[in-house]
Amino acid sequence: MLTPANRIFTNLQGQQDWRMKEAKARGDWDNTKKLLQKGPENIIQEITTSGLRGRGGAGFPTGKKWSFMPKVEEGRPHYLIINADESEPGTCKDRDLLRYEPHKLIEGSLLAGMAVGAHVGYIYIRGEFHRETEILEAAIAEAYKAGYLGKNACKSGVDFDLYVHRGAGAYICGEETALIESLEGRKGMPRLKPPFPANIGLYGCPTIINNVETLAAVPTILRRGGAWFASLGTPGNAGTKIFCLSGHVNTPCVVEEEMGIPLKELIEAHGGGIRGGWKKLQAVIPGGSSVPLIPKDICETVRMDFTSLCDVKSALGTGGVIVMDTSTDIVRAIARLSKFYMIESCGQCTPCREGTGWMWRMLTRLAEGIGTPHDIDQLESVTHAIEGHTICALGEAAAWPIQGLIRHFRGEMEGRL
Amino acid sequence: MVFQMTPFAFSPENEAKIPAILKRYPEGRQASAILPLFELAQKQCGGWLPPEAIRHVTERLGIPEIQGYEVASFYTMFNQRPIGKYHVQVCGTTPCMLRGSEDIMKACERHLGIRCGETTADGQFTLSEVECLGACTAAPVVQINEDYHENLTEKGVVEVLKAC
Repeated sequence: MLTPANRIFTNLQGQQDWRMKEAKARGDWDNTKKLLQKGPENIIQEITTSGLRGRGGAGFPTGKKWSFMPKVEEGRPHYLIINADESEPGTCKDRDLLRYEPHKLIEGSLLAGMAVGAHVGYIYIRGEFHRETEILEAAIAEAYKAGYLGKNACKSGVDFDLYVHRGAGAYICGEETALIESLEGRKGMPRLKPPFPANIGLYGCPTIINNVETLAAVPTILRRGGAWFASLGTPGNAGTKIFCLSGHVNTPCVVEEEMGIPLKELIEAHGGGIRGGWKKLQAVIPGGSSVPLIPKDICETVRMDFTSLCDVKSALGTGGVIVMDTSTDIVRAIARLSKFYMIESCGQCTPCREGTGWMWRMLTRLAEGIGTPHDIDQLESVTHAIEGHTICALGEAAAWPIQGLIRHFRGEMEGRL
Repeated sequence: MVFQMTPFAFSPENEAKIPAILKRYPEGRQASAILPLFELAQKQCGGWLPPEAIRHVTERLGIPEIQGYEVASFYTMFNQRPIGKYHVQVCGTTPCMLRGSEDIMKACERHLGIRCGETTADGQFTLSEVECLGACTAAPVVQINEDYHENLTEKGVVEVLKAC
């Protein structure tokens, strides 16, 4: 378990004020100039040493991502984009960082911007977050007023401007290239990769896109050292992670824990246990709606990190833990996720546009007990026809929850036919 | 009958906000301002984006009008038809569903006397189901205009509606 001394986000529950005065008392903006003066190479090296992996879902090593940026500006400006388009069902950690710890994010953005040679950063925040936007904008205004942003930020000689750009309701804009399209003023339809954004991103310029939680962790990592962060967690899964416990737990919450904490301990210690006791547990979706569920027997022992969850054919994703007790109609619960993906598919690729609707309709029928065991096989084959055949990962995200359902609850599905 | 558009213009108050919005984006990249300008226009028009506002914004940003329609129809927060004064948006995705969003929806339908997707006869309320609002640990959640209402019960959501 995470000791209080190793906690990064000390105001995650909003116990204190988000404003600069209180944030500084918590350690934010403490001699940021000195951190900036380390220079890009040292900062990227320190983040690489820390083993920090992206917290938006994919888990790509942050230091490595930053190192893909061209080392010098060659006629094209560099951009930093902060992905605050949090929309993955089961996930609400970035929302709490935006409203309770905005200064960690702003400071992290400045440091990351300097490391990748960007003088402008855009925070793309989901449009529904009106109140969170107000806080974030007020915090940015505080930072400008204090001389921490803008020309000669923190008197370090670095120029860095940070702007808030609000989305307008589209899950797909959390996908980095869809986000870029949206920021450029179009529909949020993902782009083919390569070229990767580090080469051709926003306005055709080198761009780094990081999740809110990733960047908000950066200042503390640089202050305490990459080795400190790497000493937490398990090999390949360094540091702390914010988890969101939703569904059938007694006390749903957003909590920071050490990577690799057993799922059962996470639920018991922070979620107040399962509604009606552990024996009432049916299944858990451990990393946001896009990852396959795991049944109770796996929940008994699995650890919450990238490697352990991959070993049980699921994933850590965003760390959004959706708990379902035995009162849950598990087929309907997953069918509702299929409806989500059908609605949120951008429609660009045929397998996803057509397939998500197919899957939802089939699963809805199966939930009602209409169909034959052959239909379950057919549904599974549709998931494989989508997976890997689309431009972005929404295809996989729609397919995997259903594959997980069939893998672990086929008996339940056949039982109702 | 030929459909005539009444020209749209931003109010002086909104007009004053526009230069700062445009300044966020580099020279020649003003198309980026389409979402913020649509949002301003929608708010000014009482919660929806009429065709004349789409024309005005796209002309102003120097982009094809059709791109305005593409954007307006792609993002769920833009309404291309008039809606009620209060837009009641019940989150229906699984984390909220597990904590009773279907009952919340029914309670709203009963109290307002309309079905999901409809607007009350007096034009006060429009009821919609939306996808994950990103507040799952506070489920079930309902968004009314700009505010989230969290940890709702059937009784609680009716209280909220009564207070509108």
